[in-house]
Amino acid sequence: MSDYIIQMINITKVFPGIKANDNITLQLKRGEIHALLGENGAGKSTLMSILFGLYQAEEGQILKDGVPVLVKDPNDANELGIGMVHQHFKLVHNFTVLENIVLGVETTRHGTLHMDEARQKVMTLSEQYGLLIKPDALIEDITVGMQQRVEILKMLYRDNEILIFDEPTAVLTPQEIDELMRIMRSLAAEGKSILFITHKLAEIMAVADRCTVLRKGKYIGTVDVKSSSPQELAEMMVGHKVDFKIDKQPAQPGEPALHVRRLSVEGSHGDKKAVNNVSFDVYKGEIVCIAGIDGNGQSELVYAITGLMPSTGEIKLNQAPIDHQSIQKRIKAGLAHIPEDRHKHGLVLDYDLQQNLSLKRYKTIEMQRHGFIRFDKVRSYAEGLIERFDIRSGQGADTSARSMSGGNQQKAIIAREIDIDPEVLIAVQPTRGLDVGAMLYIHEQLVKVRDEGKAILLISLELDEVFQLADRILVIYEGEIVAELDPKQTTPQELGLYMSGSKRQEEYA
Amino acid sequence: MSKIRKSLSSMSASLVAILAGLIAGFVILLFSNPSSALKGLTTILIGGWNNGMKGVGQVLYYATPIIMTGLAVGFAFKTGMFNIGATGQLMVGGFVSIYVGVTWTFLPGGLHWVVALIMGAAAGMLWGMIVGVFKALLNVHEVITSIMLNYIALYGINYMVKNSHLFDSLKNQTVNVAASAVIPKAGLDRIFYIAKGRLNDPSAVNAGILIAIGLAVLMYIILNKTTFGFELKACGYNRHASRYAGISENRAIITSMAIAGALAGTAGTLMYLAPASGMHIHVEEVLAAQGFTGIAVALLGMSNPLGIIFSGLFIAHITVGGFYLQSLKYMKEIIEVIIGLIIYFSAFSLLVRDLIAKIGKRKTKKDKQSSKEVTA
Repeated sequence: MSDYIIQMINITKVFPGIKANDNITLQLKRGEIHALLGENGAGKSTLMSILFGLYQAEEGQILKDGVPVLVKDPNDANELGIGMVHQHFKLVHNFTVLENIVLGVETTRHGTLHMDEARQKVMTLSEQYGLLIKPDALIEDITVGMQQRVEILKMLYRDNEILIFDEPTAVLTPQEIDELMRIMRSLAAEGKSILFITHKLAEIMAVADRCTVLRKGKYIGTVDVKSSSPQELAEMMVGHKVDFKIDKQPAQPGEPALHVRRLSVEGSHGDKKAVNNVSFDVYKGEIVCIAGIDGNGQSELVYAITGLMPSTGEIKLNQAPIDHQSIQKRIKAGLAHIPEDRHKHGLVLDYDLQQNLSLKRYKTIEMQRHGFIRFDKVRSYAEGLIERFDIRSGQGADTSARSMSGGNQQKAIIAREIDIDPEVLIAVQPTRGLDVGAMLYIHEQLVKVRDEGKAILLISLELDEVFQLADRILVIYEGEIVAELDPKQTTPQELGLYMSGSKRQEEYA
Repeated sequence: MSKIRKSLSSMSASLVAILAGLIAGFVILLFSNPSSALKGLTTILIGGWNNGMKGVGQVLYYATPIIMTGLAVGFAFKTGMFNIGATGQLMVGGFVSIYVGVTWTFLPGGLHWVVALIMGAAAGMLWGMIVGVFKALLNVHEVITSIMLNYIALYGINYMVKNSHLFDSLKNQTVNVAASAVIPKAGLDRIFYIAKGRLNDPSAVNAGILIAIGLAVLMYIILNKTTFGFELKACGYNRHASRYAGISENRAIITSMAIAGALAGTAGTLMYLAPASGMHIHVEEVLAAQGFTGIAVALLGMSNPLGIIFSGLFIAHITVGGFYLQSLKYMKEIIEVIIGLIIYFSAFSLLVRDLIAKIGKRKTKKDKQSSKEVTA
């Protein structure tokens, strides 16, 4: 019998215009935890989709136990014992945990459901691997962490022996991450083989045995994690030496710039408020970060401050109330917003780069005369920003925004927002989906804006980013601020307790 | 340079559609009467020229209202709205202009038709604005409101015509407007005519075509050169981003529907401010066809005001050609079928164009593959 349970040999997958996987080889040993590391767009997900039967490779072959196999669809993958926990869980929300686990492979007798056997098997598995679940709870009522355990149990219930985890920690608190790591280790100890897709080095160092690195669709190498270092892995992933720390002096907060009191936003279902009675200040010259798990009211809070959503309560910008102002007036008062979704809010994709760069400025005196756009001024303004912020595109100012890469689209938005010379800059997940180079650049820009004496409200889901940038951390949980922390005196673990709602500071009780 | 190429590529899509529509139309001609099919096709293609300068004038005459309704549909479309209500706006505008044209005879000659035209446009504007207001403030879809308003316009006008002094019960239509309210010829009748013995037989064309072309140019300028047009188009492309950037989406929706309504209302005035021999509002249960032809004109003209001038002229051209087709013992409805096919193909041609663009991109990308970033 072969040493390797799964081998993907010389896999090549071409999408129109792009080689997503270029001659990649991945060998998974029985009972190991094998990390697959790479930046966004390196080809990790494509490779795993090929293994799981969602895509077919143009070249190369897949071997199981040394025997070539064909994986045409996920059913084939399941028969070969390959299971996958997707980044976005595939669960039926109004079904119970147990129903979700057996869905598709129900135990029946004379055509009627017989859940007793299924329940027995699920509970046995649950105990064996320490996967704590409530079998009769509805999915919509349980935590994200438990939902993930349900996904894992789904694989185990189907007797899968090769388990793929696609960025499993993105939605978890630090405590839940620790728990997941423990579960992964116990699975491996029981002989399961695990493929673990991630771009977080700390997690690889903590749990993986070996690590395969991809960069821009190419195979870079496979290393033994114990004899490697985070620096080496980072260098393999990015292609050059990287310094993750940016140069950041302690903040020197001045006057309050953004003043929020008793802010509430109605929830979309009417029963529960999305933002509930939130009060805080952001001072000039500091970065305040709102940390929290996705979906705890961050988006609504930002929409309320920027005017995209109605709210109750008090919002003041430089002492002047703006809560009843139109969006345009708020922008004029000095509110800039780097939005969460750059395609929905940030850009008009069918406009070209210069039109997008002038999206908040086309009405200024220098860009129009009697309502007629002065195209020469728009162009020279855009070219200035392109130069200053190093926005790369095919045809300069005339490039359609749609055809630009994500990193450059984000740079364009950031250039536009910083250049309106705001009093308060709200940045929501400003580095989402970007590679390390673009991420560092954006972090530097934000710190620069802060050092110019502007107030920055940062909303981030990435704890690395929170600790990198924040001068003060506010933790949001279920639409309420539950803690204020000093990033120098707290740990990700402590932050995690607040984020998951298991802890709350007294003054916020 | 890239701009010229861009407009060429969008034009090519329309041209491909026209070609495909004509080929399919030729096949239909072949089936219904093979012996004169080729002659039929040339008759269609020659269009107005079948009857000398008069025919050309007729093309301009038929083109006038459909260029206007084409603009009404295309302008709203640029703001992301589907104005299926052009026909209702046209009828309301036409009715009000007839009312002014018949009753306000106290106005001096040179001014009468101008006032009638402006009042008609204003009425169409109000009718269009209702749609915009419902959409902006109550989030009622514009297609639903405009379809309903089409029928309200139709039956409301029928009722008002029948029960007023505007009704000519013998002909079951509106009475003639005062001579001073007729759109002037502006000398066009001295260009577009054919000689019949010693008399000139002029076409029905009037200054309306000049007004239509002028308004198309104006719309082009508004959309492409002004901050107002910039806002409207931004809302059409991405209303979320527009809101985010501080543009009032509601205002954009209402103003764009108001302008679209005014354009369609003007179409109505240009149709009905006609002499006794010209068009009148008939009391019947049919929506004005020009409103729907406008959708086709806008689609074929890619919603570009200048493109709409040409697509309007083209559709009028083959419509007139279809009129002469009857001399070859074809039904004149065949031309409607061919126009329908052209529209059908122009919807496809958008797909074809995207396909061509993709293939082109793939080729250039292959060349630079080594330097290209790879995404999964």
